[in-house]
Amino acid sequence: MIDWEPLLLTFKLALITTVILLVIGIPIAYWLAYSKSRIKPLMETLVSMPLVLPPTVLGFYLLVAFSPSNAFGNWLDEWLGIRLIFTFGGLVIASLIYSLPFMVQPIQSGLESLPTHLKEASYVMGKSRLVTLFKVLLPNIKTSLRTGVVLAFAHTIGEFGVVLMIGGNIPGKTKVASIAIYDEVEALNYDTANSYSLVLLLITFSILLTVYLTNNRVFKKFSK
Amino acid sequence: MIQLNINKKLNTPNGTMCLSIDMTIEKGKIITFYGESGAGKTSLFRMIAGLLSPDEGNIVVSEEIWLNTKKKINLKPQDRNVGFAFQDYALFPNMTVRENLEYALKKNQDQKYIDDLVIAMELGELQHKKTGILSGGQKQRVSLARALVQKPDVLLLDEPLSALDNEMRLKLQDYILKIQKKHNLTILLISHDIDEILKLSDKIAILKNGTISQIGSPSEVFEQQSNENVQLAGEIIGILQKSDTYIATIRIGTNTLKTAIPISEIKNYAIGDNIIISSKLIAPTIQKASK
Repeated sequence: MIDWEPLLLTFKLALITTVILLVIGIPIAYWLAYSKSRIKPLMETLVSMPLVLPPTVLGFYLLVAFSPSNAFGNWLDEWLGIRLIFTFGGLVIASLIYSLPFMVQPIQSGLESLPTHLKEASYVMGKSRLVTLFKVLLPNIKTSLRTGVVLAFAHTIGEFGVVLMIGGNIPGKTKVASIAIYDEVEALNYDTANSYSLVLLLITFSILLTVYLTNNRVFKKFSK
Repeated sequence: MIQLNINKKLNTPNGTMCLSIDMTIEKGKIITFYGESGAGKTSLFRMIAGLLSPDEGNIVVSEEIWLNTKKKINLKPQDRNVGFAFQDYALFPNMTVRENLEYALKKNQDQKYIDDLVIAMELGELQHKKTGILSGGQKQRVSLARALVQKPDVLLLDEPLSALDNEMRLKLQDYILKIQKKHNLTILLISHDIDEILKLSDKIAILKNGTISQIGSPSEVFEQQSNENVQLAGEIIGILQKSDTYIATIRIGTNTLKTAIPISEIKNYAIGDNIIISSKLIAPTIQKASK
């Protein structure tokens, strides 16, 4: 019988990360989609960095930053009593950065693809930006929102390098499924590794399949 | 009363153009802006609605300052009581027809007005359908109804009836006139349909390269325009000498016509030349073409 803890921890991490990312991803995507600011290219670069950066690089710098022997980590520890290294909280922060582009980019391109007149028509009717966002813009990019949520969730499940660097391998705290698989393979327990892998494989397959099926249904509904 | 005085440099496919408008529009009138595409009509509407900022100028509507670049006043679109029927309708696809209209309601505004609009625009059967499945003409009716919901100070209609069949167009023209009189609305219209302009407008302004080249009642303006020379482009396909003059045969499209050319000028023309023939239209005879 396999130990379910790493799997549960993985899904807990992915769920928390996705919910927080949805909340912070929408305003970031909104800003990137509509801002004419000069620093927009810089912000776009920063948001997209985790797409190309090796996870170990990200993990390494987070490790350095959060380390209590450094100024920032020390400040967190002494003033706020927060330790981010080798803790679940640290994993959540690392996952947020690591999966940010997977949430932001679909929402940003969804917003950019909407005709400007939708937004303008709403403004002319006296509706604020916030009302327009929630009543007009977001409901018309449901497919992009769903894509963002699923990609962020799936990408967090697939995390390995960042987790290993900053979370380590503490059972029940930071030992997520991908680490557990690596662990079991190192210990030559191929059967257990296979069980973990199979569960991850089936779950991610089902999630993605559900999304594509519903997205296709949405398209059909609109094209009728 | 609407006072408009705006200047804006616009980037067009044909280079930069300076949109410069200075005019006063009386309350409760319908004024049509007429002109080629790219003349600045839609940009002017966007500036009145607050969706585009002029470089300088001022807009005063019923003594309320909407824009004054000197005093750095520029009301947001939300704070200007404007109705705008966009050329591409801009209906919200996530909502039904009725929800689109209800969205435009102001706080505490009576729902009953929407029922009236639904009946007038013949949207009864469509009101619970999503807008994505509607035809162009149906969308245009919804867009017009939605612009009317908030009983705006200024109603901006950017070719509001262009996608409708003739019967519906005539009906809605009557409805626009009716509702305009009832609520004493000031309507700014963009239209290319001369019949529509003659029927609806109190005034017409012809926009050319960003400025108003002519303004007046529709009959005045069109009369003045028709006094101008008629110019036709053609090609000389034959020249014949008849006693002391030459007769040139000119092909214009699929038609030909003959005209005399004085001997003194004939050396300037040859068969195959592209020419422009101008004439003044004095009391032309008009006849219906046989079908």
